[in-house]
Amino acid sequence: MATSTAQNVLFDVQGPRARRVTLVLNLVGVLLVAALAWVVLGKLAEQGQLDAAKWTSLFTGRTWENFLLPGLWQTLRAALLAVVLSIVFGLVFGLGRLSQLAPVRLVSTVVVEFFRAVPVLVMMIFFYLGLGRAQLVEPANVPFWAVVLGLMFYNGAVIAELIRSGVHQLPRGQREAALAIGLTPARSLRLVELPQALTAMLPSMVSQFVVILKDTALGYIITYPELLASARRLGSGDGNILQALFVAALVFVVINYLLSVLAAWLSRFLSFRTAGRTKLSEGPLAGEDAA
Amino acid sequence: MTDYLNDFASLFDQYDVLGAFWVNIQLTFFAAIGSMLLGSLVALMRISPIASLRLLGTGYVNLFRNTPLTIILVFLVLGVWSQLGINLSADFNRNFFLYAVIGLSLYHAAFVCESIRSGVNTVPVGQAEAARAIGLSFLPAARLVIFPQALRGAITPLGNTLIALTKNTTVAAAASVTEISALMKTMIEFRPDVIIAVFLTVALGFVLLVVPVGLLTTWASRKLAVKR
Repeated sequence: MATSTAQNVLFDVQGPRARRVTLVLNLVGVLLVAALAWVVLGKLAEQGQLDAAKWTSLFTGRTWENFLLPGLWQTLRAALLAVVLSIVFGLVFGLGRLSQLAPVRLVSTVVVEFFRAVPVLVMMIFFYLGLGRAQLVEPANVPFWAVVLGLMFYNGAVIAELIRSGVHQLPRGQREAALAIGLTPARSLRLVELPQALTAMLPSMVSQFVVILKDTALGYIITYPELLASARRLGSGDGNILQALFVAALVFVVINYLLSVLAAWLSRFLSFRTAGRTKLSEGPLAGEDAA
Repeated sequence: MTDYLNDFASLFDQYDVLGAFWVNIQLTFFAAIGSMLLGSLVALMRISPIASLRLLGTGYVNLFRNTPLTIILVFLVLGVWSQLGINLSADFNRNFFLYAVIGLSLYHAAFVCESIRSGVNTVPVGQAEAARAIGLSFLPAARLVIFPQALRGAITPLGNTLIALTKNTTVAAAASVTEISALMKTMIEFRPDVIIAVFLTVALGFVLLVVPVGLLTTWASRKLAVKR
């Protein structure tokens, strides 16, 4: 998406002179980047960080079998459960905020706003130490549940907001037509508005899954053995921590990038199937995935 | 009940809760400036006429938006600091603080860039066309016509990014900065009797930090909106 309509008009189609200038600037830019890379790589080589041994060990079967794949599995396991639980949480409180009953609306609003304001890490630390003391789950599973619960409360609150704004963004006619054919407000919500709102919000929800996957890395701080933690263990053992972290980051980037592509594709594909807007990252929640 | 409250109050004598929050506020302040500068630059690159700059900007955003902040901070501290031995400050704590500011700035710059780009999309086509028609080339048009309007249109997403940044300063615990989430861990470990109160205090602190930012951006985005 390098050029959209709004960007095309920012500058004229370049003439011969501007193209020459651009070419020169591009060359200068490439040279600058190359020079910078040369200095950085030189420094790294000086410190022996580019030695083949430090990199090749990362692409052996032993490394992936014992460290990276188990770490990735722990990451995905926590992320998947957190996705399912936050959708449930989001549905309950999102519908709560749309309820006809004022007390239900009030409680849902307070719950959603509270959990959106508290940092995920703070919740994870609380559950990590709290669950351990309360002895509700097996000691070995405490970090896992702390990660899942922390992610559920924050992302569930965000999804609740997505659902609410999805319903609000539908054209008024949808609800009016449903009421006109004799549906009650609750049935109109359930049969007409919610299905369309969910379809419209699906792309944004997939973007939120990127946030969930990224935030599982916070589990590193509370001793959950996810991908980052296993990469660190691997790196400390083999003396190539820089390289191990680099590979772990790369795995995250690839998975999240694919999810983002899926979200963009969904937003185009689904726009025919709902009266709502499927447009990605617009509106009040746009910056939300910065978390 | 009064016993519990007394136990709770003694926490504030024992631990510097406000001092720890102050570290988070400082992290937010410096990282906000850093990410705003870097993010504006990347946004400018992404809307520029030069293809290589657009590519570089897109690459930056895709890389940093999809990497967990925790990895960035751990990479800076364990990789860049401890492996490469690059010291940013002779003072041990200040060194970690600076690394945390750099990591937070790098990460949030990607989101600032996307916020500004969404602001650019709110500027009507006619504005850019008019700027071109009176003979402004790309940089003057961007500086004098597009960016002033785009920034005002981007207040809400920028505010959301600032809120996310405020909360994400807790991740600096991964870079060995003693801020509030690290202190909370210590407090609960040594004073498990008041665990709920400790959590609620920290949570309330963040509600107090975040809610005014939200209200302020809502107010500012209405006040400064370009009337069309």
